[in-house]
Amino acid sequence: MDPSATDGPATGSDLEPVSVFGDDGTMDLRPGADNCYKCSVCDTTCPVAEVDDDFPGPKFQGPEQWRLKRKEGSEIDDSIMSCSNCMRCDDACPSSVPLSQMHNTARGEYVDEQMDKLSVEYVRNRILANYRTSAWFASKVPRLANFAMNFGPTRWVMEKAMGITSERDFPAFATQTFREWWRNRGGADASRRNAREARERRGDPVDADKKVAYFHGCYSNYNTPEVAKALVRVFESFGYEIVAPEQRCSGTPMFANGMLADAERAAEVNVASFADLVEEGYDAVASCTSCSMALRQEYPELFDIEGIEDVAENTFEALEYLRIKEDLEGAIADASVEEQAFAYHAPCHARNQGLDRQALELFRELDGVAMEDVGDSCSGISGTYGWKEEKYETSMKIGEDMFEHMHDAAGDVGMTECPTCAMQMEHGTGYEIKHPLQLLEEALC
Amino acid sequence: MAIREDVLVVGGGIAGATAALAAAESGATVRLLSHKKSTLRQASGLIDVLGAIPRDGSSDGADPAGDRSPGDRTEPAGGGSTGESELVADPFEAIGRLPEAHPYRVVGGGAIRDGLELFDDAVGGAYEGAHTDRNALVITHGGTVKPTARYPESVAPGLASAERDTLLVGFAGLTDFDAPAAAAHLDAAGVPFAVDGATVEFPVRFRDDALTTRFAKALDTDESNARRRLADAVRDADADLDGYDRVGFPAMLGDDEGEAVRTDLEDRLGASVFQIPTGPPSLLGTQLEDLLFDALDAAGVRLASGNPAVGYEASDGRIDSVLVDRRGREVPYAAEEFVLATGGLVGKGIDSDRESVTEPVFGCHVPHPEDRYDWSEPEAFGGHAFARFGVVPDDDLRPAGESGEPEFENLRAAGGVLGGADTAREKSAAGVSLATGAYAGRRAGEEATR
Repeated sequence: MDPSATDGPATGSDLEPVSVFGDDGTMDLRPGADNCYKCSVCDTTCPVAEVDDDFPGPKFQGPEQWRLKRKEGSEIDDSIMSCSNCMRCDDACPSSVPLSQMHNTARGEYVDEQMDKLSVEYVRNRILANYRTSAWFASKVPRLANFAMNFGPTRWVMEKAMGITSERDFPAFATQTFREWWRNRGGADASRRNAREARERRGDPVDADKKVAYFHGCYSNYNTPEVAKALVRVFESFGYEIVAPEQRCSGTPMFANGMLADAERAAEVNVASFADLVEEGYDAVASCTSCSMALRQEYPELFDIEGIEDVAENTFEALEYLRIKEDLEGAIADASVEEQAFAYHAPCHARNQGLDRQALELFRELDGVAMEDVGDSCSGISGTYGWKEEKYETSMKIGEDMFEHMHDAAGDVGMTECPTCAMQMEHGTGYEIKHPLQLLEEALC
Repeated sequence: MAIREDVLVVGGGIAGATAALAAAESGATVRLLSHKKSTLRQASGLIDVLGAIPRDGSSDGADPAGDRSPGDRTEPAGGGSTGESELVADPFEAIGRLPEAHPYRVVGGGAIRDGLELFDDAVGGAYEGAHTDRNALVITHGGTVKPTARYPESVAPGLASAERDTLLVGFAGLTDFDAPAAAAHLDAAGVPFAVDGATVEFPVRFRDDALTTRFAKALDTDESNARRRLADAVRDADADLDGYDRVGFPAMLGDDEGEAVRTDLEDRLGASVFQIPTGPPSLLGTQLEDLLFDALDAAGVRLASGNPAVGYEASDGRIDSVLVDRRGREVPYAAEEFVLATGGLVGKGIDSDRESVTEPVFGCHVPHPEDRYDWSEPEAFGGHAFARFGVVPDDDLRPAGESGEPEFENLRAAGGVLGGADTAREKSAAGVSLATGAYAGRRAGEEATR
């Protein structure tokens, strides 16, 4: 049938409606906003809206605000600063509305254009967001920093003057950072030797192309180098040569505080450093799920940096990588560890990458280990969010469900992939918290 | 080394969950892949098997790809495509009157029973209706009655077939449910009991567009004595409370503590209390999703959600793996047998643009009229062709190509992605998912463990 001869029954004319939104790839989020059909499922999965009646929820922060602010003179609503950037709304939306991208963009605009740069809140947020800078200083004098940061009077001043809650204990700084350990150990050369030996032992071809670039992030460098070391030992045992290229913060705390310019500067360093390696055949692996989330999703959504797509495509979370590339299940089935039980919490940013079940599934098969999922609630800390004096209570209310489940679980050791979730789990229950890589190291190395 | 199981089910709604449970029963290792939260959150939480048979030509076996030009669209006497249909009392007895291409005709009544049995086992005692083949009539938030096969325990006291005088209660400011209007509607429909409606202030003040979950949580935790104060408000609104045998509220009476909330209200009101299913986001639908996922967990089914299936790898007419897009990179999930349960147009298992209708994961054949003005009817509730769009199964539920041959040896389809049923008008969506899910899952399990 000739389409031009069609009688449109509704119009009776030969007018054909045309698509008004092209696919020109610009940052105009309006087509995304138009996909929202107001089913409100995002609002029911938002952990902040669940406990804070004044927070209007992701549907308002995203598509509705996006429409409202297209009218000249309209400002971003300040409630955007109460979004914790857990990104659960992305996963909930049946219509693929880019909610977290809208939130990040709106928050950036709010901070740029509406926030007083001399305000305590701005300065405090900037310091929290640039955790790496403080951590770098602290790591130079870790013992003094550990003392000073949790010294009562210091904390009182920090709360009163800066709005950083005195309820929490600052995480301890390691006396030796991961990078110091890595350098002393012989860096990439040592890793290449270890990997080759492992390949021989495993009967893999000695020249096998097994190379990963490790994005350790700030936390496992300055605070929990044992997680980073576990990654190195586990990957080497599978025959992977590891490099630890120059890197800065992934940007996650900066996105959450609307400091997009800071985040972009960090992203440029990270992308430049990893893009070259990806080109040489390396895959990027991260041990923190917020770091892998940033590299995979937030960078390409927010910034236009050369090589960003290649890096995003080739970034993996550590356990995920081994599951895809190796017979990790088989290795686990043959292993056993001392009897122990864990209360496992899946971080929101693991959930959003489809990784929320992998530790449970994997360790279910490990002799001696009992793993219990403590439910699908958010831990509530969301990076820097729970450190803010005015957000502390909300953060603990969100976490309540998880604390209860942890207490009910058989184990009294917690497990999670996210360092700040770990902080919250420890803070709410007093449990010791491990990373899945540490258990993997115990089983396989 | 890809991630590998015996059976891989793509889709996390009722069809996918049922298929995964059925496959697990055969002893196969099973993984369920889902992308977003399922459309259960938008659904009523009721399990309809077959509530009505449309009387307008869409049931006479007409081919959805039929090349009717607009001029041929003569209206049959008696309303034609105005959405008239005949209510069904016993779904099993009525299957024979469905069009030949209907999924029920392919899998038969036995598969419907298998699906319902799987469902009843999976949800434990949370649903009622298993005692009879006949449809129950549930009161909807619009004040109509809906024929359904299984309904949540909290909905059961409100069945329209019970001759018990009824008070419906809505909350001021909640646009989802207008109790007086719903009561008037039911009365006009001639229900065999007296029915009235009242609107009360919910005892805890929320912001104007508060969510159903917020109401439920306030009752769960009995925030500011919400339960007592709600009962008092109902009493204040209708002093003659003794005249009613039962009181119905929109389905927001608690979430984790739903049963306690209802018992508490029943004691205070001196009448039985029931819930009326609401629109999205639906608490009953969300709770059903949780029940199904708990059952999957208990059956040892592995779950992976958050990333979409976007393609496949195949050799010799068999699928080797499904490719899952995890932000740019495609990760293969390998299996022996596959079940496609990605849903229909709403669930995005069937996709369309201005030119054509497609099944996006495997590119299976989806027949549809070439001219898109023939995809729909002018009447909103008409017998739209698009409602029946979907893949065409062979007699083993394998999606078939234009020639009628299966597209792949080891791929079966279940639920909304199957064509040939107008589930919205037939009130059959959950039943089609259960029956075809049970069939496809069982067959996949059998083949994989052979």
